[in-house]
Amino acid sequence: MPSTAQTLFEKVWRRHEVVAETPDTPAVLYVDLHLIHEVTSPQAFTVLRERGLEVRRPDLTFATMDHSTPTRTEQVFGGAPITIEAAARQVRELEVNCDAFGVELLGLRHARRGIVHIIGPELGLTQPGKTVVCGDSHTSTHGALGALAFGIGTTEVGHVLATQCLLQKKPRTLAINVSGRLAAGVTAKDLILAIIGRIGVAGGTGHVIEYRGATIAALDMDERMTVCNMSIEAGARAGMIAPDETTYAYLAGRERAPRGEAWEKALEEWRRLPTDAGARFDREIDIDASALEPMVTYGTNPGMVIPVTGTIPQRPGDAMFAKSLAYMGFEPGGPVAEQPVDVVFVGSCTNGRISDLRAAAALLRGRKVAPGVQMLVVPGSQEVKREAEAEGLHQVFLEAGAQWRESGCSMCLGMNGDLVPKGQYAVSTSNRNFEGRQGVGARTLLASPLTAAASAVRGRVTDPRELMQE
Amino acid sequence: MDPIKTLRSRTVVLPASDVDTDQIIPARFLTTTTRSGLGAHLFADWRYGSDGQPKTEFVLNRPEAKGCTILVAGHNFGCGSSREHAPWALTDYGFRAVVSTQIADIFRNNSLKNGLLPVIVDQAAHAWLMEHPGAEVTVDVETSTLTLPTGQTARFPLEPFSRYCLMNGVDELGFLLNREQEIRGYEQRRASGLPA
Repeated sequence: MPSTAQTLFEKVWRRHEVVAETPDTPAVLYVDLHLIHEVTSPQAFTVLRERGLEVRRPDLTFATMDHSTPTRTEQVFGGAPITIEAAARQVRELEVNCDAFGVELLGLRHARRGIVHIIGPELGLTQPGKTVVCGDSHTSTHGALGALAFGIGTTEVGHVLATQCLLQKKPRTLAINVSGRLAAGVTAKDLILAIIGRIGVAGGTGHVIEYRGATIAALDMDERMTVCNMSIEAGARAGMIAPDETTYAYLAGRERAPRGEAWEKALEEWRRLPTDAGARFDREIDIDASALEPMVTYGTNPGMVIPVTGTIPQRPGDAMFAKSLAYMGFEPGGPVAEQPVDVVFVGSCTNGRISDLRAAAALLRGRKVAPGVQMLVVPGSQEVKREAEAEGLHQVFLEAGAQWRESGCSMCLGMNGDLVPKGQYAVSTSNRNFEGRQGVGARTLLASPLTAAASAVRGRVTDPRELMQE
Repeated sequence: MDPIKTLRSRTVVLPASDVDTDQIIPARFLTTTTRSGLGAHLFADWRYGSDGQPKTEFVLNRPEAKGCTILVAGHNFGCGSSREHAPWALTDYGFRAVVSTQIADIFRNNSLKNGLLPVIVDQAAHAWLMEHPGAEVTVDVETSTLTLPTGQTARFPLEPFSRYCLMNGVDELGFLLNREQEIRGYEQRRASGLPA
């Protein structure tokens, strides 16, 4: 007899099947929360206009602007113009579209604006068991709360706007079982980088990952979001973590979370979501977290990653590998530690939350950013910014010589003009070290906020544990 | 979307694996609010020098690449961001198919919605294609088959629904709009607290 035990993913999927998949047609999947932003929505609204369609569920649709928005305070609040004209046009177009179609927008000067993947959970919009989509691949972040959350293209943004549904083929499931305690100085970012290094940048293609095990259960929500955020860097559209008491404590009292009787009812449903004992995954991988060290990338995709104490691998005869190292200006067999650094970026949907800023500030307190290093600290949301300022973290950054900005995606992809100059080395807490990602010719080394801050202080790629012992 | 039934073209071979969408269309070109004109920026940082002039050594800038509609690239093409600007740039440039041993999920979905055929073939056929740039190949949508000039064929995965949409040039929005009754029924079940 087939088992009726289900995984977290299967439970959420089944509850959102409007029409189940058949051999000839994909499933019609209902979307509970549709997040939109300025970059991937304009052409979708154009389709609605061309076809004379409305937004079917404006109450389930929520907009903000983050990718092409400025981070300089004078440009956000002071009336100084947005430098890039096309970016300014995109921002205006989102305002016009949201107004015309009745979609709630947290606009440029809104007190709760921020990176879409930071504010969804922060406002309590993202909840366990929901389906969440957005025209952005890092939508996988929201899976940290036990939601099924994945990135979609602009055509699909149009589908969801018009019908609140998507046509989807059911993905396979991959369990990543993590055991062992993370050592001091080793963070959730190091864990996910190590996982991507292990399974590769295409290792999760076609799958939804569920991160499981004692190590995952011990992570706080910010850390869980960092892990789920980078699922897409392993090729998986979604990463999920079963909701538990940590999740409920995080959500309780948030602005858009259910209250009173509705909260109790929701809680009852959420408690039924975790994967049943005996449920089968299509694949399983075991990771021992206790052996991990701070990780840093050395190449041009997130799978090219080593411990900060390690040496760059040698792959004779691999032309792609050689090309990647040539772009980075690195030699096979050499160390990555002690590499001089020009730019340090702390922020993004991967590591722009309050605990990330606390970690970076803890290392910077009483220290200075090394001469010649430009350090940019960009909070993930205006709420994170306020929280950091209430704790005095901004003073730590400013006194160290770093820049303190308004929230947004910023230097993660440089759409707003926050760029790493050509040929320069950046230690970045973001998610992609692709060629040119942070600027034409920019050389990105992905790392945790601790490693980024330590590298800023020394002006060289630095194992944060060296500074933590001082 | 123009229907595709069969494609016949010489190939352009891009000898790179894990080609991410930031390479296909760099982020600075995403400030556009339309779908058109992105072909000019396809592979911008590989295609043009810092002076804005085409790099002669890049495959798309070679005379023999002109008019080719099939791009062959290494493993895991289209990884990274969800930007649909990537298939828009490829189709605007003139490509109708991308061939690899693996194609990233979101890019593949986006391609199917824009008449760009994602052709995932086995190692042997792929290796042959990588070694024979400019080979004249045929891609048949109905049979999901790529035929090499040697006469050898390789099957590629294509869901029946996607095949129907590609061959008839229909988009999926119409199909979804026709599910209105089911969608409303689902919403009513959810609103009344019944299991969906």
